[in-house]
Amino acid sequence: MTETQRPLGADDLRRKATEIRRHALRMVHDAGLGHPGGDLSVADILATLYFAVLRIDPANPTAPERDRFVLSKGHCTGAFYSTLALAGFFPVEELSTYMRPGSRLNGHPNRNYLPGIETNTGPLGHGLPVATGMAIAARLDGSDRRVFVVTGDGELQEGSNWEAAMTAAHRRLDNLTLIVDRNRLQQGARTEDTAALEPLADKFRAFGWEVVEVDGHDPAALLAAFAAVSTGRPRCLIARTVKGRGVSFMEDRVGWHHGVPTDEQLRIALEELSA
Amino acid sequence: MSAPATVSGRHDCRDAFARTLEALAADDPRIVAVCNDSVGSSKLGGFQKKFPERLINVGIAEQDMVGIGAGLANGGRIPFVAAASCFLTGRALEQIKADVAYSGHNVKLCGFAPGIAYGELGPTHHSIEDLAWLRPLTGLTVIVPSDPWQTAEAVRFAVAHDGPVFLRISRMPVPDIARPDPVFRVGRADVVREGSAAAIIACGTMVHRALEAAELLAARGVSVRVIDMATIAPLDEEAIVAAAETGAVVTVEESSVKGGLGGAVAEVMATRAAKPARMRILGFPGFQPTGSVEWLMERQGLTRDGIATAVGELLGG
Repeated sequence: MTETQRPLGADDLRRKATEIRRHALRMVHDAGLGHPGGDLSVADILATLYFAVLRIDPANPTAPERDRFVLSKGHCTGAFYSTLALAGFFPVEELSTYMRPGSRLNGHPNRNYLPGIETNTGPLGHGLPVATGMAIAARLDGSDRRVFVVTGDGELQEGSNWEAAMTAAHRRLDNLTLIVDRNRLQQGARTEDTAALEPLADKFRAFGWEVVEVDGHDPAALLAAFAAVSTGRPRCLIARTVKGRGVSFMEDRVGWHHGVPTDEQLRIALEELSA
Repeated sequence: MSAPATVSGRHDCRDAFARTLEALAADDPRIVAVCNDSVGSSKLGGFQKKFPERLINVGIAEQDMVGIGAGLANGGRIPFVAAASCFLTGRALEQIKADVAYSGHNVKLCGFAPGIAYGELGPTHHSIEDLAWLRPLTGLTVIVPSDPWQTAEAVRFAVAHDGPVFLRISRMPVPDIARPDPVFRVGRADVVREGSAAAIIACGTMVHRALEAAELLAARGVSVRVIDMATIAPLDEEAIVAAAETGAVVTVEESSVKGGLGGAVAEVMATRAAKPARMRILGFPGFQPTGSVEWLMERQGLTRDGIATAVGELLGG
């Protein structure tokens, strides 16, 4: 959302999310690579942040007082690049170069290649500590800029997240919001069958965070959660999502973590996503 | 060149680090320090007293510490991330790679008490691997200062330079080195003693020992060049190519013999020197047994006599 653009309402955000999904699936199909399951689960969260919440200006992507956004689940670049392009950080046409030799659209985001990326992610468990540092920097500056970070749920198995969770609560960083894309699947199986995360909300509360559970596919609910008044603590939005959301044969199927749709599957998926 | 370098006094380079950082921070509000419950061992007590809000102690959490450093840099700060080198580089290596070097965040990593400075505490606390781990990281400047003056210069460079830096700062007392040409140039070797029969390339705590060895050899009529290779990355390849012309090169580091300064010199020697010199790489071959710093040094020949012996062997004497 640029300074001059008005934030979109829930219906428009839903349409943006559908656009993000359609681009992401085409990119993964054309590249023959990618992580479509997570792209589809995070699309509504990214649409809500970029078109209604973040105070950012694609024409001035390094303005010191911009809000910061970190995609810790850096493998979901299909959705992330689509969002950045639709927001105006680079031309939408460039999405067709996704993961091609020499492309700026690397499999995982690189801040030195593209505007609008704050830090390079890919290895999991890196985003929350970096976002915590960004929130501390805003505090030191006496600035009201805000920091948002999206993690996957499986990546919360990385201990580095919990180091940062302690630091953020200890320093009462209420300018920091963590959104957990809680689609309950990781690469190989369900999170709860791998290394159980539940009770996840209780864990964050015990660490000193304010926790809100929200439907991660409902922009109106997400908007309400983002608009809530600060309580002097860092906030964790546990966004209940479905991996592969929006495409019937991908929803909640572990195989679509990094599955690649065939021509026919892409055709069906795009049809479902135009409804 | 004028008279060769001489050495005097004994100092803990951490004091020069702390003095310089505090002085620079007084004039530059961007400078902050981040540490892992290491205020004392990183000599940040004075900094904390002067700038309490700019000292961020994250507790015993190195991954968080380095990630926070990257986030602070993203916010326009110049974070000095200070911890024992073994924990900073070992525990947080992926954060150093991805959040700092690959992201290109302006973070200054300060690895304290590297090498075998924690002698008796053993290999968990030794950090002889750090140079091999960090040297290949693109864009990361790696500096191993050899005395208080060079430490202060390295800190000044780190503040002025827009990019990631690793400073490897010993707690082991070292003398001042009176340099013929006291100008600190990052990426450029400092020839602290001229010589033609052989060259010793050293860094950090080994530089003064190399000078003492060269003096001993000079008394025996052997002219040995001594190079203070404070910057391990980017490396001064021309100085190594020039050193190859002596025909005999000994590298000395308080570090593993695999992949550190010696490895870096050997790479250049093998690929760039018209006529590669014979080489000896002095350092630690692997995990070290329990013992004092000096005992561990002597065991590996990281002494005046040990270095002189290595040069003598290369020269066939």
